[in-house]
This record gives sequence, structure tokens and C-alpha cells, in this order.
Amino acid sequence: MAKSVLLVEDEPFIIEALSFLLTREGLNVSAFMDGDGCVEHIQKTNPDLIVLDMMLPNKSGMQILEELRAIEGFADLPVLMLTAKGQKKDRTAAEEAGVSLFMTKPFSNKEIIRNIHTLLSA
Amino acid sequence: MLTFNIVAGICLAYVAILFGVAALAEQWAQKNKMTFLKSPIVYTLSISVYCTAWTFYGAVGSAARNGLEFLAIYVGPTLVFVGWWWLLRKLVRIGRTQRITSIADLISSRYGKSNLLAVVVTLLAVIGTTPYIALQLQSLTLSFAVFTENNANAPSPAITALLIAIGLAAFTVVFGTRNLDANERHHGVVTAIALEAVVKLIALLAVGIFVVWFVADGPKDILQNAEEIMPKDTGVFNSRWVTLTFLSATAIICLPRMFQVVVVENDAESHLATASWAFPLYLFLMCLFVVPIAVVGQEILPEGSNPDLFVLTVPLAMGQESIAALAFLGGFSSATSMVIVAAIALSTMVSNHIVLPLWLYRTHARNPESDDVRSILLRSRRISIAGILALGYFYYRFTGGTSALASIGLIAFLGIAQVLPALFFGLFWKNASRSGALAGILVGFTIWAYTLFLPSFGDSFLLSKDTIENGLFGLSALRPQALLGVEIEDPLVHAVFWSMCLNLFAFVSVSLFTSPKPLENLQALEFTNVFGRTSQRHMPSQITTSDDLFILAQRILGRTEAGRLFEAKAKEQGKPSGLPDPTSEFIITLEREFAGSVGAATAHAMVGQISGRDTVSVEELIAVADETAQVMEYSARLEKQSKELAATAKQLRRANNKLTKLSQQKDDFLSQVSHELRTPMTSIRSFSAILMNDGEIDRKQFAHFSSIINDESQRLTRILDDILDLSFLESGKVKLNLENRNLGKLIEQSITASQTAFDTKEIKVNIPTAFQKITLFTDADRLAQVFINLITNAIKYNDKDVPVIDFSVAETVKALTVTISDNGPGVSEADQEIIFEKFSKLSSGASSSGVGLGLSICAEIMRNLGGDVVFTPSKTGAMFTVTIPRTSKSRDAR
Repeated sequence: MAKSVLLVEDEPFIIEALSFLLTREGLNVSAFMDGDGCVEHIQKTNPDLIVLDMMLPNKSGMQILEELRAIEGFADLPVLMLTAKGQKKDRTAAEEAGVSLFMTKPFSNKEIIRNIHTLLSA
Repeated sequence: MLTFNIVAGICLAYVAILFGVAALAEQWAQKNKMTFLKSPIVYTLSISVYCTAWTFYGAVGSAARNGLEFLAIYVGPTLVFVGWWWLLRKLVRIGRTQRITSIADLISSRYGKSNLLAVVVTLLAVIGTTPYIALQLQSLTLSFAVFTENNANAPSPAITALLIAIGLAAFTVVFGTRNLDANERHHGVVTAIALEAVVKLIALLAVGIFVVWFVADGPKDILQNAEEIMPKDTGVFNSRWVTLTFLSATAIICLPRMFQVVVVENDAESHLATASWAFPLYLFLMCLFVVPIAVVGQEILPEGSNPDLFVLTVPLAMGQESIAALAFLGGFSSATSMVIVAAIALSTMVSNHIVLPLWLYRTHARNPESDDVRSILLRSRRISIAGILALGYFYYRFTGGTSALASIGLIAFLGIAQVLPALFFGLFWKNASRSGALAGILVGFTIWAYTLFLPSFGDSFLLSKDTIENGLFGLSALRPQALLGVEIEDPLVHAVFWSMCLNLFAFVSVSLFTSPKPLENLQALEFTNVFGRTSQRHMPSQITTSDDLFILAQRILGRTEAGRLFEAKAKEQGKPSGLPDPTSEFIITLEREFAGSVGAATAHAMVGQISGRDTVSVEELIAVADETAQVMEYSARLEKQSKELAATAKQLRRANNKLTKLSQQKDDFLSQVSHELRTPMTSIRSFSAILMNDGEIDRKQFAHFSSIINDESQRLTRILDDILDLSFLESGKVKLNLENRNLGKLIEQSITASQTAFDTKEIKVNIPTAFQKITLFTDADRLAQVFINLITNAIKYNDKDVPVIDFSVAETVKALTVTISDNGPGVSEADQEIIFEKFSKLSSGASSSGVGLGLSICAEIMRNLGGDVVFTPSKTGAMFTVTIPRTSKSRDAR
């Protein structure tokens, strides 16, 4: 069965690009565009991996990550965090919050695909 | 028959006994066998030096001539001892704590240790006491004369007086100047005087009892005769009587000899308690038989007999020679005790306040503790005593036997009484000043001399008869015995009234208008609060140990510095280990070292205390206080500076906070910019990579991805434009192109520009005709930019099929306001707050094509134009109000 990836991202074009790339890799891709209700959505859909944008409306990706890590069964869920801000302190904060991998936008297509595969197979 | 020789012999024997008693008392005092000497009875008896020969003999004479007037002389002191003992107690306490040696010393000490005051009071005392001594000499001479009436071999009165004066001087010198006691106490003399007090009391009582029960037939007989014989027209409680009471009350405090026995010779304050009833009792016994003797004397002695000698002549007339001899001894005791004590008191004053300062001034002596000064002081005392008795003798020779001498007692009283205001108010009124005291005493003394003392010589001395009758310079207001035309029959009452009133007036008014020196203030406090402070007499340790000095040095200089100093000194003294010897040279070095730390005065006082060199004087304490004040001032300045520094630090902290906040805002802005730029770049990079590397995508997808790249590139450009525009507007370097422009046209152009982005949409715009009539003077392009932004938003976020935009305008004198409202979904309350902030991402599902800088730019433009743009809450859609100033002074608006 194909592994499922949830894109938490509010930029439609980026969702479109990632969906195109990951679907082609044989993954089941879905998207969620708001910070609000995101954690509940993850609990409900229980994806194999999450690509989490840092800047989201209503609730930041960092906050979602922290809440998620506190829920039983989601402590080890692979989370790849994306940020367009590119500040070093964000990377540090994310690592402390238990992020699996941290990437800055814009990203290289090859690199993000390779990283997602690595995270899924671990 | 008592002959002159026998009387002289009795006198000599009596003097020998006195001599023995005095010598014994001195011995006891030195051996500290003081129990008897310290008895309050001895103290009380010594106070009876108040009763001189003038009272012993004169009271009877006065009673015979003036009735009960003599009682006033006893009532005054009684009132003081019974009712005003607390005043005496204060005097005694001050005398003790301040080591007062005389009344002159007391006044001088109270007013800042003024030597001028001391000299003035001393001179006053000498002038006032000399006639009094002369009076005693006269009494003694007269009483001797009683026994020499039939004796041709007896010496003349002048010789008698001279011999008496010499004898008294010798006695006083021997016992009054034997040693220099710091407290000026003379136990030998006081004991002798106490003995004399007993003798005179017994003598007077003996004469009295003899007269009442052996000459007359008991008290009843006396009283019956008194009605006939005693003068009747002199009342008690008239003005003269009150004046006399006042004067005698003053005398008990102010007369030098009284001050000597009451204050200086006092051994313990508790003695006053006994004296307060025992002395009045003594006085009562002394005057008990005055009237009976006066009555009987007038009855039995021939007309024209001198009533002043009744005490002596009545027993003689009755053939009672032993009682007469006792009476003579009583009179002799009264006179000698007065003269001796007065001479001691005056000589102390003269030598301490006149001779010694002169000597010190002449020799510039620096060390007042040397033996040299001691011998000078003793010699000056002895010479003073001789001089005072000589003065008394010559005064007696000059005026002897005249009426002037008889009345001089009261006149002298008033002279001395001039120190009363300075003394009395000095004890209770803190602000009494040196200048005030000096002014009061000098004014009072002048009035006294002019109105009473000089006229008492008749027209023979200084004041002519013409002056006495018509006033100085012929001014009747200046008549000596009726100043300002106030006619008081009794010159004594007149003089007391004027001298005391003007003395008090001068004293108080000058005190009020002068500001005392620090030392004066301190002494004033010491005197007025003498009971407020516990007087701890610190005994200086006589032996200095280096340990003490080392401990002190450690406190002042610190451990290392003190150690270094002492070690160096020890080495210098050849003592490689241990502390150096406290040589005077070392102590001086130490003091100098300390002075650097604690100030010279403090250092001197501290080292003085420890080394026992001397006690700390008031002047030193004042200097210490001055230094402390300087330190406190310095510390206050430091405190002020520290406060100022704290305030500056606070300002800096505030500025720093502001800068930190600004820096934070800048970081946030850059972070936002980064995000805004990176987001479209992500899409562009991702899609272009797909297009580059993938041959498998179809044509349709290719076109779609390409259009995304195109859109995102445009978005990037817009963002950059907006950011640049905004930072340019914020920089304040905006150059406005002000011109006249029709408002209606401006709005139409804006609508046209906005619509090009939405050419597919149908839009309805309502512009009132009023717009066409309004002309603005403003930067039209910038204002149009604002309207384009608002119109674009109204269309872009509108969910209706046909967006409707309504314009309206309102004019005031200063500005006009344009409102733009639409029929869209409006702005949520939460968003209304952040709508003008940069990069504000609205929650209400705004399209991502917005950068979030549009309204920020609008607000910035309006600020540059001197107006503003605000969101106006309304029920339907969104409404913005743009306020444009009538005359755009936009450039200054910032």
C-alpha cells in the first residue's frame, strides 16, 4: 500500500508543485491549508509523513509540531518542516521541538524527494 | 569691765580657733575624711554668709528707724530657697557640669565663653562689693569703738580698720589661696564660716532671750511697748518693701560671695534640699528678736543712742559683759565671714578673667598647664585679695561715717543685680545672646550709676547738684532721680524700676536681633538643657598603651596601613618585634596620620582621649562637628550625583529598549520580506525544475506550469516594487508634486486604472456630482495611488457578481473627507486592527495574491500628504475614509 504524505501549506502553487512531484513518486498526497484544526486533521488521517510549512494562517507550524509531539503515537511521526524565513533561530527551535528534517524555501525538487524517501523508509 | 585689750584678746583667740578649724578641715579634706564636711548643715550654715554685720547690727537699727521694713531683707532669700529652689538646683547642676568658678565665669560661659562679658561682670562685682566691704570694716570699727570710749590708749578707728583689713586679708590669703582646686572649693574656709554662722546665731539669740525675758517681762510686755515705740507710718507691702524683697532675692543668687557659697562650694545637689528649709529657718531665727531688741533698746537707752549698736549696747548697759562679748563676737563673725568669702570670690574672678588673660596675652604662653601659670595664678589671687581689701579700706576712709555708707548696702545690691536678666534668662532662653547680655548689663549698669550710685555721693562726685536737680544738659527728662519725668519718691525704687526695665529691654531686643556663634549655641543648649542630658564625665585614662593606639589606628587607617606604620616605628626605636613605645613624638605622628582620615579636630580629640593628654574641650567638639558637617555635605553631594546618574541610566535604558524594539521590528520586517520573496521563488524554482528535467509532462501541463512561473515572477516584481515604495515613503525623502486637480476627474482616473486588472468583471461605481466641483491642491498621482489601492481591494475581495462602489464627500474648512464603501464581505473585527500593518495576513480567506503592503503604503502616502486614511466600521461591506487637507502642507506634516 502506498504511503501517505500530508502537505500542510497555505500557498496553492507550492501544494501543486509538491503534489505533482510526490504523486509521481507513488505516494498518496493530500493537503491541509490552515493552522486551525490541523492537529485534529493529522490525528484523523494519520499520514505516514507530514510536510509542514512554518508560516500558516492562525497557527504556526512550530506550534502544530509541539502539540503533535505531545500526543501519544505521534512522537516519532516523520515531520519535514519548510520555512521561507531562513532564520537560524527557527531551525534551532524546530530541532528542539522534535522536527525530523528542516528545509528552507526555495528547495531543490531532487533533494526534497530524496529526503522524503529517506524519512519514510527509516 | 571689758576693755579694748580684752576685746582684742577675745578676737585674737577667736580667730585662732577659726584658724585651727579651717586648718583641720583642710587636712580632713585632703585625707578624704569628708563625712562631716559634706554635711548639708555645713552647707546651709555657710550660706548664712548672707547675714553680714549690716544685718547683724543693722537690722535692729533699721527696725528702730523704719519699723518692719528690715523683714524684706529676709523675705527675699526665703522666697528663693522655698519657692525657687529648682532655679538654684539648675544653677548648681550647671556649675558642676561646666566647672563654674564664679558668677562672672557662669555668665561668660553661658554666652560662648566670652571674656569680655567676664571682665564686665568682674568689674561690676568689684564696684558693687567694695562699698560692702567698707561697710563691714565700719561695723567692726564701730563695735570696737564701743569698748574704747573711755580708753585713751586705744588705737584710732582708722588704725583699727586698717588692722582688721590686714588681718582679714591674711586669713583669706592663707585659706583662700592655699591650693588651686579645679572646682575652686575651699573646705577650710567654708567650715570656719559655718562655725561663725553658729556663733552669730547663738549671739543674737542670747541677746534676744536676755532682752525679752530678763530686761523686759516677756513677749507680752515687748508687744505692748512696741505699739508705742515702733514707728507706725511705714507699711509693709508698699513699693519700697517689694523693691527690697526683690533686691534681696536677687542678692542671694547674684552677689559674688553668695554665688561662691551656694553654687561653687556646693558638694552635692542634695544639700540644696536641706538648705531649702534650713536656711529660711536660720533667717527666721536671726530676725526673731530684732524687734524686741529694737523696742527695749529704745526704751532703756538714752535718746540719741545709735540703734545700729543696740545688740551690743543693751547688754552692756545692763552690765551683762559676757553677753556683750558674745554679741561682739557675733558681729565680728558676720563681718569677717562676709569679707573673707567676698574676697575669695572676687579674687578668683579678677585673677581668672583679668590677670591671667592679660598675662597670657603678654607672654603668648601656649601651654596653660605649666607650673609657671600656676604660680602666676596664685600670686595674682593673693594680690587681688589684698587689693580688694585695700579698696574696701580706702572706700571706708573716703566715705566712713557718712550717711552715704549706711545706705550703700542696698545701692551695691542693685549694682550687682544688673546681671540677673542675663543670668536668669540664660538658664531658660536658648536665644539669649552674648551681645544681648552685654547690652543689658551695660545699659542697666549705666542707669544704676546715673540714677542711684553717683547721686548717693550728694553733689560731691561726678554729678553736680545742678545736674541732679535739672537733668543732664539741663534736660528735665534726664533728671537722675526722675527719668522721663516719672516722679518716684524713693530714688531706690526709681532706680530699680528703670535699670531693670531698660536692662531687660536691651537684653531681649539685642538677643532677638543678633545671631549667636556656634560655641554660644552649644553653651546655650548645655545650660538650658542641663537636666536633659546625662552628664557623663569621661575620665581620661592616664596611661596610654600602644595596644590602645594600635586598635585606634586600625580602626582609622585600616589593618595594613596601621601595621606598616607601627612596624616602621618599632624598627626605628630598635624594637624589631612588638609594638613601639608610645612616645609623645610617635603620638604626634599618629595624630597627623589620623588627621588625614578623620580631620584634624577629630584626630586631636581621639588621640587626646586615649593618651590622656587632656579632656576634649567644647571647642574641639565644635570643630569635630564642623568636620562632620562637611562630610555630610560631601555625602549629600555624592548622593545627589548618584541620583542623577541613576536618572541618566534610566533614560539610557529606556532609549536602549526603544532601539531594541526598533531593531526587533527591523528584524521582523526583513524576516517578512524574506518570506514574501522566497514564497514565489519556491514555486518558480520548483516548477522550472520540473519543466527543465521532465520530458513526460504533456502540453497542457507545460502551459499551466509556465503560467504559474509567469504569475509568480510578476508577483515577485510587485512585492519588490511595494517594498521599495514603502521604504521610500517612510524615509521622509518623498518629493511631492503639488498641483491643482479636480477631485471628480482624479477619482475617475483611479477607477479606470483599477478596472484594467479586472476587465472581465462588471463594476458599478456611484460618484456624486459634487465631486466635479471640488478642486484640490495636492500631489494628484500619490492621492490617485491611494484610491486605486482602495478601489482594487473593493473589487478584489468582493464576492458579489457585480461589485458596487459608493463614493461620498464631506467638506470642512480645513479638510475634506472622501469615503469609499463597497458591497463586499467587509473586514472582520480582528482584522480591522491589523489591516494597515505591513504584510498583514488576514484570516478571512484572502487571496494569496495580496502582498499585504497595499494599505500600509496608502497610510504612508496619506501621512506624507498631511491627511490620513482609516477604516470606518459600517453594516454592509467595507468602508474607508480618506481625509485630505485643504492646503497641503504635506512636507511639514511629518
